[in-house]
Amino acid sequence: MTTVISTPTTPGAISATKKKPSGGGGIGRYLLVRFLLIFPTIFILVSMVFWLMRTTGDPITAALGGRLGPDQLAERIHAAGYDRPILIQYVEYLGQIFTGNFGTTLSTNRPVSEVLLTYGAATAELAFYSLLVAFIVGIPLGMVAAYWRDKSPDAFLRIFAILCYATPVFFAGLLFKLVFAVWLKVLPVAGRASTGSELQMQVLPNKTGFYTIDALQTGNSAVLVDVLSHAVLPALALGLLTAGVFLRLVRTNVIGTLGTDYVDAARSRGVSEFRLVRKHAYRPALIPIITVIGLQIALLLGGAVLTETTFEWKGLGFMLSEFLKARDFVAVQGIVALLAVIVALSNFIVDVIAALIDPRVRY
Amino acid sequence: MTRIDSLEPDVGTAGGARKPSLLSRLPIVHQLRQSVGLQRGMLVAGLVITALFILTAIFAPVIAPYGYSQLRGDDGVFGAQQAPGGSHLLGTTVGGYDVLSRVIWGSQTALFVIVVAVLLSIFAGVFLGLVSGYFGGWLDRVLVVVCDAVYAFPSLLLAIVMSIVISGGKSNLVGGVLAAAISITVVFIPQYFRVIRAETVRIKAEAYVESARVLGASNFRIMSRHVLRNATRTLPLIFTLNSSEAILTLAGLGFLGFGIEPTAAAEWGYDLNKSLSDVTSGIWWTSLFPGLAIVLVVMGITLVGESLNDLADPRLRGRRAVGASSGLVAETSVVPGGTLDAGPGGLAGLENLPTLPLDDSEAPR
Repeated sequence: MTTVISTPTTPGAISATKKKPSGGGGIGRYLLVRFLLIFPTIFILVSMVFWLMRTTGDPITAALGGRLGPDQLAERIHAAGYDRPILIQYVEYLGQIFTGNFGTTLSTNRPVSEVLLTYGAATAELAFYSLLVAFIVGIPLGMVAAYWRDKSPDAFLRIFAILCYATPVFFAGLLFKLVFAVWLKVLPVAGRASTGSELQMQVLPNKTGFYTIDALQTGNSAVLVDVLSHAVLPALALGLLTAGVFLRLVRTNVIGTLGTDYVDAARSRGVSEFRLVRKHAYRPALIPIITVIGLQIALLLGGAVLTETTFEWKGLGFMLSEFLKARDFVAVQGIVALLAVIVALSNFIVDVIAALIDPRVRY
Repeated sequence: MTRIDSLEPDVGTAGGARKPSLLSRLPIVHQLRQSVGLQRGMLVAGLVITALFILTAIFAPVIAPYGYSQLRGDDGVFGAQQAPGGSHLLGTTVGGYDVLSRVIWGSQTALFVIVVAVLLSIFAGVFLGLVSGYFGGWLDRVLVVVCDAVYAFPSLLLAIVMSIVISGGKSNLVGGVLAAAISITVVFIPQYFRVIRAETVRIKAEAYVESARVLGASNFRIMSRHVLRNATRTLPLIFTLNSSEAILTLAGLGFLGFGIEPTAAAEWGYDLNKSLSDVTSGIWWTSLFPGLAIVLVVMGITLVGESLNDLADPRLRGRRAVGASSGLVAETSVVPGGTLDAGPGGLAGLENLPTLPLDDSEAPR
């Protein structure tokens, strides 16, 4: 469980500790080492996915086996080069990834990179709103729980946090749909926008794929409201999952810092209780919080797959489950590889932020 | 937290005279006695839910009114999407199955997957962690980097890839359960690996390991007798936390269509997937009950895990029952979740207890 088992040592942290802090090192050196470590991470994940997927056989048989005759299959396999030695294919694949070529989907015959660009924006938008929900809900409530530790607000909030974690995003999504979309009819059931709004956004000269931005471009407030109202339920479903994690994280760390001498000292100087929690206890607790938030990006992406499927939110996760249904493993591999890159990059960024905030992290 | 206090439970092992009764040293019982107030309430609630879940799983054939793949009873076909009431307390699904029966049978599948997944990952993770931490060198570095990479990756995606590899996405009962369990295992191995490796690296430097080596004990003997036995104290905690994640991953896989076919076994995630279109037409019972089952079970197990975690973490423990000590506190910091070693004001600096041999009986004389 990523939630309670927090403060992971990223590859960077482990290798960096092994390095002797020769003369202080400095932040530049730390960042460089940390940056270089992105590549092995990506390399390992991409290789792992490649070899695992290939043990099942070639993608063409998986996608089209049973629908085409053996001759046709062999022909397609030969044309795609899947009958060559696997090592050659592997090296070629790595080279392609390096140049940003993730292959061509078998089911829709589009370049995977194009799929990634088209649907990546939708996932990014969902992730953004979910993080917003998670921050707004999780962090203040975490401080509240820490301050009234072992009192009734704490008990209530801890149960709430566990409930957030224990509810699968798709079940939360189904419940939200049922209550707000079907029974109360206040919010749309699924999708990213209604057809009318989508048509208006289609004609924009420079579409971004981020519907919120596109809706702003149309200058039509009805479109914006439509787009935002579509985002509420998915963002809540995915955001609450993460909010539970944040709540517990903030609580644990603020409890730790609230017990320190400098908080007592500040209190004896007459600093207000609100300020004590908000500044004196919360600020120093930020490092572990930020580190774990970085890990939550992985959780968020995994959750996005489920949320998008629940709400037919046409992003990478939705496409991933579509490709899975079609047994289009080239596309699956491409999406998974891209997500690996995103995870590695976001972990790097998190480490950089942590290093900038706290000099102790730099070793 | 005084040092004497923290050593108490282990001192008795050699002497025997002050040895606490076996019952009170069992993992859960020990924590239960140690807890107090809210903490105890959460632990007890969690234990009750978990026990209910396990009992339901074991006695599913007795409790469930129908079989998980039963479509017709004495008075003909059940019919699809029947509202709750009458002979179907919780209604029927779109496929014409009895919802209550599938929810009850689903607990069996969930329990089976948890047991297989957690056992497999404990064995693999403990073995790798032990070897990696004990021998060190390039193997250690490679394993650490690989495990960190896997750990950082969204676990559901990895489980998807694994289930494609294992079953090609299609599943029967044994294949489906095994595929789900193994997929989950791969996700968990890094967690056990990290914990055991960290413990091993620490224990390797202990005096009693060194003396064992001086006496000519083989690497295998040192690893199995001296290191492993002292490195496993945090396992029950991770075990509980992983069990709840295993259920969520299984349900996630099922929801994405990698579940177990309804004729092979009942699986909550699969049922939720099938109820996706019901929701839009206002049919609530097909999704509500399997979903609630997941929430309840995960919550029960998480309550237990959380309580164990908090009781082991001196910063979170708060009050404790008088006289009940909590074991060696310094060791709990090895759980990657212990923010102990990372947080400012973390215990690493404050409570730097000198680590002593944990189990006198193991140290060669």
